[in-house]
Amino acid sequence: MVLIYSNNKKLTLEMIAKGRELADEQDGEVIVAMIDEKDENLANEYISHGADKVFLVESGVENFKAEEYTDIMANMVNDVESGPVLIGSNKYGKELASRLAAKLSTGCVIDCTDIYMEDGELTVERMVYNGNAISVERFSGRPGIITVPSKLFDPLKKDEGRSGEVIEKSYDVSSSYSNIAGIEEMPSEGVDVEAANIIVSCGRGFKNREDLHLAEELADALKGKVIGCSRPISADLKWLSEDHWIGLSGHKVKPSLYFAIGISGQIQHIAGIRDSGIIVAINKDPNALIFDSADYGIVGDLYEVLPKLTDAIKKEMD
Amino acid sequence: MNIIVCAKQVVDVREIKIDKQTNKPILKGIGKTISDIDKNAVEEAIKLKEENKDTKVTVLSVAPFDAREQVKELLAMGADEAVLVSPPEEFDYNTVSTLLAKAIEKIGDYDLILCGEASVDLFSGQMGPRIAGLLDIPQITYARAMSIEGDKVRAERDLTDKAVKMESTFPVLITVTKEINKPRLPSLMGILGAASKPIIEWDGSDLLEERMEPGIKSVDLRGVSMERKNVVYGEDPEEGVRKLVISLGKEGLLG
Ligand SMILES: Cc1cc2nc3c(=O)[nH]c(=O)nc-3n(C[C@H](O)[C@H](O)[C@H](O)COP(=O)(O)OP(=O)(O)OC[C@H]3O[C@@H](n4cnc5c(N)ncnc54)[C@H](O)[C@@H]3O)c2cc1C
Ligand SMILES: Cc1cc2nc3c(=O)[nH]c(=O)nc-3n(C[C@H](O)[C@H](O)[C@H](O)COP(=O)(O)OP(=O)(O)OC[C@H]3O[C@@H](n4cnc5c(N)ncnc54)[C@H](O)[C@@H]3O)c2cc1C
Repeated sequence: MVLIYSNNKKLTLEMIAKGRELADEQDGEVIVAMIDEKDENLANEYISHGADKVFLVESGVENFKAEEYTDIMANMVNDVESGPVLIGSNKYGKELASRLAAKLSTGCVIDCTDIYMEDGELTVERMVYNGNAISVERFSGRPGIITVPSKLFDPLKKDEGRSGEVIEKSYDVSSSYSNIAGIEEMPSEGVDVEAANIIVSCGRGFKNREDLHLAEELADALKGKVIGCSRPISADLKWLSEDHWIGLSGHKVKPSLYFAIGISGQIQHIAGIRDSGIIVAINKDPNALIFDSADYGIVGDLYEVLPKLTDAIKKEMD
Repeated sequence: MNIIVCAKQVVDVREIKIDKQTNKPILKGIGKTISDIDKNAVEEAIKLKEENKDTKVTVLSVAPFDAREQVKELLAMGADEAVLVSPPEEFDYNTVSTLLAKAIEKIGDYDLILCGEASVDLFSGQMGPRIAGLLDIPQITYARAMSIEGDKVRAERDLTDKAVKMESTFPVLITVTKEINKPRLPSLMGILGAASKPIIEWDGSDLLEERMEPGIKSVDLRGVSMERKNVVYGEDPEEGVRKLVISLGKEGLLG
């Protein structure tokens, strides 16, 4: 059995594709858990994309809490004697997977970059040491819990003819004494840096939020239109929403051209841009680390360099 | 109140190079430090100690190597004592979190456990939720702000798409983000004072009732090197821009 859970539909579809492959190797089934989403249409959509069974479960809590969700998942894993458990790797999924692994006293791999069977055992790869290495790790028991980032696998084609079962399940949940006192949606600009071909990225070298227009103008001139940023620009200063955030703890990008502007080039930022084609750095400090990770660099004040560069590129592209 | 901060000794990731012959990261001889965000966790604990009388801050670390020097820095920042636990020969995430939970139970009488959101070298973020799960207490991960009011802790979580305000009674485990504070540098007084603070060492195998088989085994560690051209135009910006545009044109990236 392969068990799959995410609160994100796209990610669930992607994991079903991988789960199908793993299940077929062992003549097992793919079971998708839908917690607090009473949506039979979606359940059937999961089936038409490769799931065998969908379990509909209620947690009894109003919003996601890892404690209660762990109880449900632990019961479910035991109920279906699951082998691999694939959980969507957003912040919800990661804390759930880790707590679940502790409850079941089993192995867990966070943010895998590949999953396969080797020598009959579930094997996973993940990035370690800020992108300097890939660690290959093998489970020696079941269940093996893995969190899967988005866009790693492609969903299977829809097959309306596929049949499966949608089953309502209920499990005992003991409630935790922590409380959610308020939820605020954080604005997202819906930017997809992971799919962008040209990214102009801004760091703390920008003095004010308003100045980011200098980067936008360069992006426009390049017809790239996608702005990225370092962690502090999003997490500390909140000048840009988190969908712009690139690096170890943000998005991993692979554009053909990446501009790092006013970014110092700390290893945690580099971890997100290693797969870029050409990296260009603009920094006023000739000793900035970013130049070690760049193909081309200009030492200079971004306030002077950017307008000139934008003009020159506009002329070139005409 | 008793606060336990879990702090990991890590290799200094900035120093890692790849051995071109073996294609493995060179880890021998690399400096060791306390994982960045764990210093934010210690800072938060010390701030709570300054605001709340009768608070004790214990630093806890499972360390396969001697970590006395590294935890001394945390004592110098203001933590009261440190506990170091040596792991068995073979270990994985499950073993380390079990050792941390067992050590926390042995320290006993804990109210608040603080961890970093994730370690700077392996960055799994598993330990916090695992420890909370093992101790069967609530977990509040990714806290970017927190405060204690009476018998409750309040924290604000950063969940990418949502900011969630949480509250909980004690005991509770909280993992903090880098944004929660700016860790202080130890003062000279702090450094001198740290010399007399206790560092207690426990043997991990004494904490485990039986030998723990790791649930995961490491099969391979492949280096990933990144070669870049490193062409830097240092002269006047006008000239730099001109040359950069020519270079990007040659790369076929303009139009
Ligand atoms: C566990 C962990 C995870 C992390 N994850 C991430 C992550 O995912 N992404 C990320 O980005 N960071 C991450 N960080 C933070 C990272 O270590 C750095 O602190 C961060 O990347 C620095 O951002 P910055 O380069 O914008 O700012 P700074 O380091 O402050 O650099 C600003 C740069 O701008 C230059 N500058 C200043 N003025 C000008 C000017 N007028 N013109 C040109 N240049 C100028 C300066 O010379 C400097 O190099 C993480 C850290 C930790 C510990
Ligand atoms: C197969 C395998 C073999 C391994 N072998 C080794 C090895 O030989 N040597 C080795 O050093 N590591 C080894 N590890 C890694 C070790 O298991 C992890 O470093 C450890 O479990 C912590 O995980 P993490 O680094 O992802 O921390 P995270 O879960 O990302 O850390 C989050 C927070 O938990 C706390 N924390 C994490 N680790 C510790 C700790 N040790 N002490 C106190 N607090 C902590 C900190 O507050 C930290 O900010 C191995 C792992 C695997 C899977």
